[in-house]
Amino acid sequence: MSTLAPLPVVIPLSVAAILSALNKFVGRRLSEALAILTTIATGVICGELLLQARVQPVMHWFGGWTPRAGVALGISFVIDPIAAGAAVFTSLLVLAALIFSLHYFDTVGTLFHVLMLGFLGAMCGFALTGDLFNLFVFFELMSASAFALCGYKVEEPESMQGALNFGITNTVGAFLVLSGIGLLYGRTGALNMAQIGRTLGGNLDGLVITAFIFIMAGFFIKAAVFPFHFWLADAHAVAPTPVCVLFSGIMVELGIYAVLRVYWVIFDGPFAAHRWDVRALLLAVGSITAVVGAVMCFGQRHIKRLLAFSTVSHVGLLTIGFGVLKEGALAGVALYVLGHGLVKAALFLVAGLLLHRFSSVDELELHGRACRMQATGVVFFVAALGLASMPGFATFLGESGIIDGAKGIGQGWVRAVFVIAGVLTAGAVLRVWGRVFRGMGKAEDAETAGAKKIDEGRETNAASHGIPAVMFAPAAALVLLAVAIGLMPGVKRAVRTAAIVMQDRTGYQARVLEHAWIPVTPAEEEHTPIGKGLAWSFGTTAAALVLAFLSLSPYWPSKHVLARPVAKTVHLLRAIHSGHVGDYVAFLTFGVAAFGVVLAVLIHLR
Amino acid sequence: MSFFPYAVAAWLFIIGLYGIVTSRNFVHLVICLAVLQSSTYVLLLSIGYRVGGTAPVFAAVPVGTLAVDPVVQALMLTDIVVEATVVALLLALALQLHKHANTLDPDKLKALEG
Repeated sequence: MSTLAPLPVVIPLSVAAILSALNKFVGRRLSEALAILTTIATGVICGELLLQARVQPVMHWFGGWTPRAGVALGISFVIDPIAAGAAVFTSLLVLAALIFSLHYFDTVGTLFHVLMLGFLGAMCGFALTGDLFNLFVFFELMSASAFALCGYKVEEPESMQGALNFGITNTVGAFLVLSGIGLLYGRTGALNMAQIGRTLGGNLDGLVITAFIFIMAGFFIKAAVFPFHFWLADAHAVAPTPVCVLFSGIMVELGIYAVLRVYWVIFDGPFAAHRWDVRALLLAVGSITAVVGAVMCFGQRHIKRLLAFSTVSHVGLLTIGFGVLKEGALAGVALYVLGHGLVKAALFLVAGLLLHRFSSVDELELHGRACRMQATGVVFFVAALGLASMPGFATFLGESGIIDGAKGIGQGWVRAVFVIAGVLTAGAVLRVWGRVFRGMGKAEDAETAGAKKIDEGRETNAASHGIPAVMFAPAAALVLLAVAIGLMPGVKRAVRTAAIVMQDRTGYQARVLEHAWIPVTPAEEEHTPIGKGLAWSFGTTAAALVLAFLSLSPYWPSKHVLARPVAKTVHLLRAIHSGHVGDYVAFLTFGVAAFGVVLAVLIHLR
Repeated sequence: MSFFPYAVAAWLFIIGLYGIVTSRNFVHLVICLAVLQSSTYVLLLSIGYRVGGTAPVFAAVPVGTLAVDPVVQALMLTDIVVEATVVALLLALALQLHKHANTLDPDKLKALEG
């Protein structure tokens, strides 16, 4: 029993409530200071929980409702290293976003901090809970704060449209999750995840498959997996930049985290004999997501939208990592989330700097205008290399973990998907770097001509000269951290041990229901040769650089005969990203049905 | 337990989705979302229903009296609270949209294409 465990939720939510009650009396500086201090406190507590969880996972039963005779009625927090790590990472990104917004929003009010703290508390609770319905409640709390933050600029119609698209699709997702939870409760009479997993045992039938599809699809909507990803680009294009940092850096990844948690605690038993069917579905969906996201990313000129599609692509890679269903790949996913979240957050912060300085995030409009911002350019460039999983970044460790896992089950082809996603997304970001920070290329080009220019409202008042340190420092610090984690010895092994704990279904059940802790064997230090992986990753980075420079050069064959089918495909892809919420929900419905049919047919055939 | 309530839940879910997909007004669309949501109420309540069971109020009844499951009712209440918040928020967004874009028709908003 830990008294610390509920604090990461209780502290931010209480401060948020107090701040909103005293809205009229609290000045901007005071509310900023309170928000930052609260976030630091939450982060420190989560860090302490992480340290404790590395020794032995931490349990907390609310109201002292501990399980009796192996039956859990109460609500629990079950904190293993990956859950605590997710909460620490959330606090870190919220802190970066808050520091960045110190200077950013001149119009920022206390309510912004209230929403940020609500978002923080909900995400921490989402990561730490061990109860399925509790997971849904935190999911909804997280969503509600996110919708409000996304639509923070109320005077812009695009902003409202983006927030509505985001809100409606994600709320449909929440209902899918809730229906799935209802079905599981009807079968097992339990809401505690460990209890559900134990009661289900290895029984697989239509109801369990339906519940799995509903819950997975619901969380995949939050994770922006194809064909549920449409809301993401709209939301990122209109949300304030500090909010984008949280959307791309952690919120979307928490969608993947929830599916992982639910799969390993509840559904691994029923699907044990059908792992290959689940794998086939997830690897296919992940690959499609990665490629679609990457292609759409390369075709954007609105920098925030471009980064948003790159997030979609990288979520596809995470889905592949999940789909391998091995602890090595799971550790890879965790590391990839860290690495990607850090560099992507830094990229968004730089986009926010550009918006602050030039009132635009349009790649073509900004052509050559940021040549003087050398330090910022370096941060942007280095972060782009991290996006290509260059060795030395945490993303590289994640990538090699996932690919080694995939090779272990004979699916080495996923390397190709990683290369495509890396080259296109990093290539697009490097193209932006070349054009905006180096003045390369022309101020118009055929690649992005089809993409619309979206006018971006200012987020600051004064047209200021120079770059405030509080805006630059978080971006630089995040990139440095991504490299530091990538170079830290032993980090891979520690995360691997955490992944083994997360995957240990019977251990989890014993821990929660009998309060028995069976220590897992820590992961061995790996001695696999990584020479080939290094070569591939450097190759991907080099290819991304070449692609970026080619696309800025006059030799880019955009009018060539061979380029026409590509252009047609891109045009078609672009057409389905219509910005119309009805279309998005139609795709979503189709996606849920397709997931269900494919999985059911695969299971039936065996 | 009859099959009927589950069919109603499925029907509400599907008709809600249909409404969202075809709607041409954001206010109407958010209400369709509320219709979709009511399918989860029906689903949860029918899961907890026991034929011949009384309301789960255990005062002045003999021990062992058959009652419907109170847990799903609690879930449903939480669901109502959570979704009331979300629907109110979405309606507020729609209102702001109408104020500044002078339309509520998703077909007429073209800013976020491609």
